[in-house]
Amino acid sequence: MSEKKPLELTDTMEISKHFRLQWEEVPKAYVLLYPEGRVQLNGSAGEIVKRVDGKTTIAAIAEELQKTFNEPDLRKDVLAGLEIAYGNGWIRVKTSAA
Amino acid sequence: METVGSELKQVQRSGIPYPQWLNVELTYQCPLHCVYCYNPIDYAKYDQELTTAEWVRVLGEARKMGVVQLGLSGGEPLLRDDLEEIVAEAHKLGFYTNLLTSGIGMNETRIKRLKDNGLDHIQVSFQDSTKEMNDFLSSTKTFDLKKKIARMVKEYDYPMVLNVVLHRMNLDHIDKILGLAEEMDADYVELANTQYYGWSFLNRDQLLPTHAQLEKAEAYVNEFRKRIGDKMKIFFVVPDYHATRPKACMNGWGNIFINIAPDGMVLPCHEARMLPGINFPNVRDLALDQIWYDSDAFNIYRGDSWMKEPCRSCPDKTKDFGGCRCQAYMLTQDATNTDPICDLSPKHHLVTEAVAQAELLKPNVEIKPLVFRLNKNSKALTENRAPEEVIP
Repeated sequence: MSEKKPLELTDTMEISKHFRLQWEEVPKAYVLLYPEGRVQLNGSAGEIVKRVDGKTTIAAIAEELQKTFNEPDLRKDVLAGLEIAYGNGWIRVKTSAA
Repeated sequence: METVGSELKQVQRSGIPYPQWLNVELTYQCPLHCVYCYNPIDYAKYDQELTTAEWVRVLGEARKMGVVQLGLSGGEPLLRDDLEEIVAEAHKLGFYTNLLTSGIGMNETRIKRLKDNGLDHIQVSFQDSTKEMNDFLSSTKTFDLKKKIARMVKEYDYPMVLNVVLHRMNLDHIDKILGLAEEMDADYVELANTQYYGWSFLNRDQLLPTHAQLEKAEAYVNEFRKRIGDKMKIFFVVPDYHATRPKACMNGWGNIFINIAPDGMVLPCHEARMLPGINFPNVRDLALDQIWYDSDAFNIYRGDSWMKEPCRSCPDKTKDFGGCRCQAYMLTQDATNTDPICDLSPKHHLVTEAVAQAELLKPNVEIKPLVFRLNKNSKALTENRAPEEVIP
């Protein structure tokens, strides 16, 4: 984990191979599913991770969230949230992205 | 289902969490005869397996309750020729589907079909790292076939999860077992030290390792972990007989986990069928949510009002729930006792004596014949006769 390079706003992320993100009606939350495991995301983490699509840069995700929730600057929060997901191996940097 | 009545029930049910994990044991039949199998000794008599339609109905009920992780196990689930159909239905319902298999019965057609139908993950179990030990412990000739299946799992882009049950006879091969995992490019490795239930309890004295074996194996695992890094996730399930505090069995009775046996009996764990005096409901008679929320069987060991001392006044009771009810029953004949794994239990000596006996023996010396998991042995033991076949 520690040898991973810190994420940058220009990076584009995707859900890691063999992980699946899905909305669950009973807990009303996004969950990440993997072999014999399940991580339930809290409200803000869910809002961030559901925008991880292998196409949108981190900066663009932050911008979209700023608009949606009418917040001035969420770049730091989005980066911090994605760092946690990245550190846990739930998401990865899309290498082929332009 | 969406009636006023069911809404009222939801209110009464507050305080009981919704289940997250469903394990369906599709069949107790198995081509392997592993000496450490945790299936019940008397499995052969539960041969009235649920039909495809019954399984599909139950899966729908579970999904509505909030279950998202689904284990498809057995016995050997590949022996059900409707496995592909069950997987397809489970996938449509939104489950994350985990197939727990020995690999026997898998072929290219089936693995492709399962992928197309939405199977998410295949866990292949190995009995040991060498052909000789693998085949001996499972009383079959399956090692090469398993290696072939493991390669197919990779080819078809499933996460590769290797499971090896550890005990006295294979712990010393841990380096070769992890070598095999590396060779197969496994994503996850589960090194599960034997838990003593069912057939493994029957063979406990031959399977219990020494402290030295365990320490050496764990040290090797830690070293290997450092070297391999993020490439492979390794889980080392600590053996509870060598511990002083019990495991938080199933994360608490009726808390997150449901097991459904091949005959439709609904259980809070894989083993609870053995407990006397509890009338475990069947999905043929009752809806799954009624069983989970309202049945005596699922409520009997929820919370802590059933606990005796030393659990009742113990600060750890919210952490370990007093350990395992089945282990308490097997070792003390009373399921409400503290799990004797706990060194606060007045019966802890039952565990330390078993471990001490293991220390006296040289590793890999057999003290009595192993009893293999065979239909005829199951029938014999159910009828209180001696097993017919030992070390075939």
